[in-house]
Amino acid sequence: MLSLIQALGRTFLNFLGATGRIALFTAVSLSHCVRPPFYFRLIGRQMVEIGYYSLPVVGLTAIFTGMVLALQSYTGFARFSAESAIPNVVVVSITRELGPVLGGLMVAGRIGAAMAAEIGTMRVTEQIDALTTLATNPFKYLIAPRLIAGLTMLPLLTLVAISIGVFGGYLVSIYKLGFNPTTYITNTIDFLQVQDVLSGLVKAAVFGFIITLMGCYHGYHSRGGAQGVGAATTNAVVSASILILCSNYFITEIFFSR
Amino acid sequence: MSTAGTPKIEIRDLHKSFGRNRVLQGVNLTIMPGESVVIIGGSGSGKSVLLKCILGLIHPEQGSIKIDGEEITNLRGSELEAVRRKIGMLFQSAALFDSLNVWENIAFALIQGQGMAREEAQRTAMARLGDVGLRQEVATLYPAELSGGMRKRVGLARAIASQPEIIFFDEPTTGLDPIMGSVIDNLIVKCVKELGATALSITHDMASAKRISSRIAMVFEGKIIWDGSTDEIDQTDNAYVQQFINGRADGPIQMQIQDHFEGHPG
Repeated sequence: MLSLIQALGRTFLNFLGATGRIALFTAVSLSHCVRPPFYFRLIGRQMVEIGYYSLPVVGLTAIFTGMVLALQSYTGFARFSAESAIPNVVVVSITRELGPVLGGLMVAGRIGAAMAAEIGTMRVTEQIDALTTLATNPFKYLIAPRLIAGLTMLPLLTLVAISIGVFGGYLVSIYKLGFNPTTYITNTIDFLQVQDVLSGLVKAAVFGFIITLMGCYHGYHSRGGAQGVGAATTNAVVSASILILCSNYFITEIFFSR
Repeated sequence: MSTAGTPKIEIRDLHKSFGRNRVLQGVNLTIMPGESVVIIGGSGSGKSVLLKCILGLIHPEQGSIKIDGEEITNLRGSELEAVRRKIGMLFQSAALFDSLNVWENIAFALIQGQGMAREEAQRTAMARLGDVGLRQEVATLYPAELSGGMRKRVGLARAIASQPEIIFFDEPTTGLDPIMGSVIDNLIVKCVKELGATALSITHDMASAKRISSRIAMVFEGKIIWDGSTDEIDQTDNAYVQQFINGRADGPIQMQIQDHFEGHPG
């Protein structure tokens, strides 16, 4: 019994310690995001890496999600003769939830892992120490550009994902389910509200911040050679994915609870 | 620059522990301007930790580190960065930035630290590349395309690019063949002399230590146990130093590996 309490206590203290370390890391990182000098070249490079090179994976995820959503909605709604609601369901689901969440999860796998591996390798090969000895703050040079790029590029990626996802639903609805194209587009546009888009973009910005923060945090604190870098990569993706799903609930609560 | 008589680096009663492992246990060391000091000692004796404490990468629990008479153990942020601008460092693995090519690595401190224009920084980097005996074509290669010896030379060029007053060398010849090790040592001596810099190196390569130093100090169990000019080291009667420089297994320095195998038959 005593050992069980000890184990619980140790786990709780470890959790508190990790939370404190992440909070401190976040505060220091954010302070470097708003203080000069700004490395615009590095910010631009990260924007291309996160935004442009993630387009194929996010686009493919979005189009197939939209297509499946239209198909599944049809099989369900046909039982109640509510097929006309399909454009509304597709656009709201993609804009509010599936676009930002699935896009975020895909980027977490691609970018979060890459960041943790790159920064982790720099840590274990003394490149971060070298940066420091060259009088360059690693937070300013490595972390801040990635956070700024994640924060700004995920909303843009999500806008693209939403457009492609809705287009996927349109393709299935028109060419497989026999919907009228004009009616489908009119229903889609009429049903969509500014708040839907806004919530999707806010979620994307938060997810972008979470993904880059977890990638940088785990990479920066990796230890012990290749094994440590591997563990950092795994931890970055897992923690970012969990935090995306948790924060998604709270942002939804803020925007849509009555 | 320091005034005459002020030590370039002055370390007093430095302590650093990691958990229960007491790595530094009261290190005292004074290095005057223009000296080239080598710290020798076995693996795990605290040489690298001492260097990292001076660089501010690790914070000691107790003791004083002064550079040009200025206490640096309590410095943070821009004040510490100002001190680091006086220092160049050659890492054991060279620690070149993978994402930058050779000339960008060499010019890093000039562009990021001094705000020099890229074109001018590139010209300076090319000159430094020549100083360490590398051809101009190497400038656009990436670190992954270089051999171990070339990486060390690029690391040396990066360390001297900003013309630092102090240069640290962490195991400069480790992993190199004896000829390349000798080449690197000669380059170190030449660069330090030309810059008029103060040099502090750590190594357990005695041939290298004798080539690059004017003074040698030996660390054992977190303390400096011997300190003297390079010429004196072969004549010393210090049993620890004798065992170390002659590479003998028997002597007062007992390696941990002997304890490890005790009680493990076969």
